[in-house]
Amino acid sequence: MNAITKDRSDTLAPFGTRLDGVTDPVRKAAIGALHRSGLPDRRVEEWRYTSLRFLTETPLAAPAEVYDAGQVQAQLENLGLNSGTLAELPRLVFVNGRYAEPFSVLPAEVEVSFFAKTQTFGALSAPDRDPLTALNAALASDGAQLHVSAGKNGGDVLLVSLGQTDTPVSFHPRHSVTLDEGAQLTLISIQAGQGRYLHNPVLEISVAAEANLKHVTLQTEGQDAACLATTYAQVAERGTYDSFVLGLGAALSRQEIHARLAAPFATVHVNGAQMLGGKQIGDVTSVITHAAPDCISRQTVRNVLDGHARGVFQGKVFVDRVAQKTDGYQMNQALLLSENAEIDAKPELEIYADDVKCSHGATVGALDDDQLFYLRSRGVPDAEARQILIHAFMDEALGLIEDETARTLCTQMLARSFPVAGESA
Amino acid sequence: MTQFLDISGLCARIDADGQEKEILKGVDLSIPPGEVHAIMGPNGSGKSTLSYVLAGREDYEVTAGTVNFQGKDLLEMEPEERAAAGLFLAFQSPIELPGVNNANFLRTAVNAVRRARGKDELDAVTFLKTARAAAKELSMAPDMLKRNVNVGFSGGEKKRNEVLQMTLLQPSFAILDETDSGLDVDALRIVAEGVNRLRSPSFSALVITHHQRLLDYLVPDRIHVMAKGRIIHSGGPELAQQIDREGYTRFLAEAEAA
Repeated sequence: MNAITKDRSDTLAPFGTRLDGVTDPVRKAAIGALHRSGLPDRRVEEWRYTSLRFLTETPLAAPAEVYDAGQVQAQLENLGLNSGTLAELPRLVFVNGRYAEPFSVLPAEVEVSFFAKTQTFGALSAPDRDPLTALNAALASDGAQLHVSAGKNGGDVLLVSLGQTDTPVSFHPRHSVTLDEGAQLTLISIQAGQGRYLHNPVLEISVAAEANLKHVTLQTEGQDAACLATTYAQVAERGTYDSFVLGLGAALSRQEIHARLAAPFATVHVNGAQMLGGKQIGDVTSVITHAAPDCISRQTVRNVLDGHARGVFQGKVFVDRVAQKTDGYQMNQALLLSENAEIDAKPELEIYADDVKCSHGATVGALDDDQLFYLRSRGVPDAEARQILIHAFMDEALGLIEDETARTLCTQMLARSFPVAGESA
Repeated sequence: MTQFLDISGLCARIDADGQEKEILKGVDLSIPPGEVHAIMGPNGSGKSTLSYVLAGREDYEVTAGTVNFQGKDLLEMEPEERAAAGLFLAFQSPIELPGVNNANFLRTAVNAVRRARGKDELDAVTFLKTARAAAKELSMAPDMLKRNVNVGFSGGEKKRNEVLQMTLLQPSFAILDETDSGLDVDALRIVAEGVNRLRSPSFSALVITHHQRLLDYLVPDRIHVMAKGRIIHSGGPELAQQIDREGYTRFLAEAEAA
């Protein structure tokens, strides 16, 4: 490292020697970038509201390659993945970032390969710009690479990440999804686990012309875990990327999505909801880039925050000069259930085209007194009335999930978070 | 004293933008069991405030007076306890509950009240059957049970939904706060018939209205004139026509003189 370049290597201390002795050029470049940037602190604009101090306090080892099969079985059952409709779905299960073949069922219409074998990094991510992506590139050991060929329907596929550890570890799966022209797929990502770990996945998505990817992420990581996920999606002409993220778990989570509408009449939905309590921090960050005319983007994110929980919403919509007739909508809504809960919302519109329809908004509030009184005047006790209204607020967001299987799964997992303590309960 | 509902010297105020505003200034009113009474009066006389205070809305502060409801101190009770005890308020502007399914809402309310009254809860099938039948009697479109509570309902649909709730919750005392406002003649008749179906020796109602028209269908036992936070005149059902012809001026002048 030369003396002129700013060096923030000290923030990488938790990873010890894991970043040393790498020869692969992509990894080497990523590690170089990482040494210059370090892990971001709150002086970095994109990380102003979300501190990674949680990570820098403990050494994070590479996870053991063996796992407890009984525990995996129990985790899958606990998530409801082994019963009902879900039991029949093909699934790619990763334990501590490594493919767990005995628990997986390969999909019929999807070509699957694994990063552990291919060692192929996609071209969509930006390790130079995004330190968590650089960290992933440096330490990735496995991941699923899904490919649906032209005109095929890949159906519903579960991509399950389970953490299980007694000592602090980190894993950095590297996933990709490629849909050829006119292909379809519904990807249900599930992030769960037990113990103290960092789950740092990168997912690169390429949706070709007329192709359609529905992507629902259920984040229900363990209460001591951190989940820092970055998704890069590129959508071609008349293609659709319809995503929804439900955040319920983890001490610290960030779902960062970079979606690029690369050709005319493409559509992206970057919707989400999170319900947090205790001292949880949940960050939803997105950059939606309209790089072509006549594209549509939709984003609705709802937050329910209780206790000392903090929600972060950073949503940027960038409209290029050529992206005339852009139709963009962005809304962030937060329901604060306690005086100590907090939402930091930073919606941004950056528009260089002159003929566009873009709107955005943000609301923050407590439960509505009129609605509470209405329910109570019908005999519903105060505590129950509050739960009904909180549930309704989240339920409306889940209504944005088109795939019924995914929506049912999210609804069931959400139901476990009730009753919510709330202030007056 | 009727031993059913007795309001005595009731005073209440609201905090309006930091200013305490007296709205009820000593309301005296008794309603015996099995009777329907109407309250008429000019805008701003405190009619709606009276209904909210009786239902237990927290932004009104009761500063004096008592309300005795079937032997209990109504003002000491939470809104949900009042509902369980048999009080029902049909809202002038029913509240929308986005994300709350109407059938689920009705069932939750009915079962909460049944629980509080020491009755068994209704299962989903039994409840739906009852609710569908009641909705049909009110000429409500069947999909209104599936929609979110009052969301996207027309004015008339909202009012019918209030009467539906009243029918299912089986109150012993209902307050109808301008349930007729915004209704066409047909809807008005349907709503009035809905209330008339509940009339029995164990059901009383207080009907707040601006118009004599509702009272043609829902003939009250007594009519009270409210002005400036007090009941200033009471009479029989014939009072409605008199008010329709002459307005409130005479009653107001008499009250001033007294």
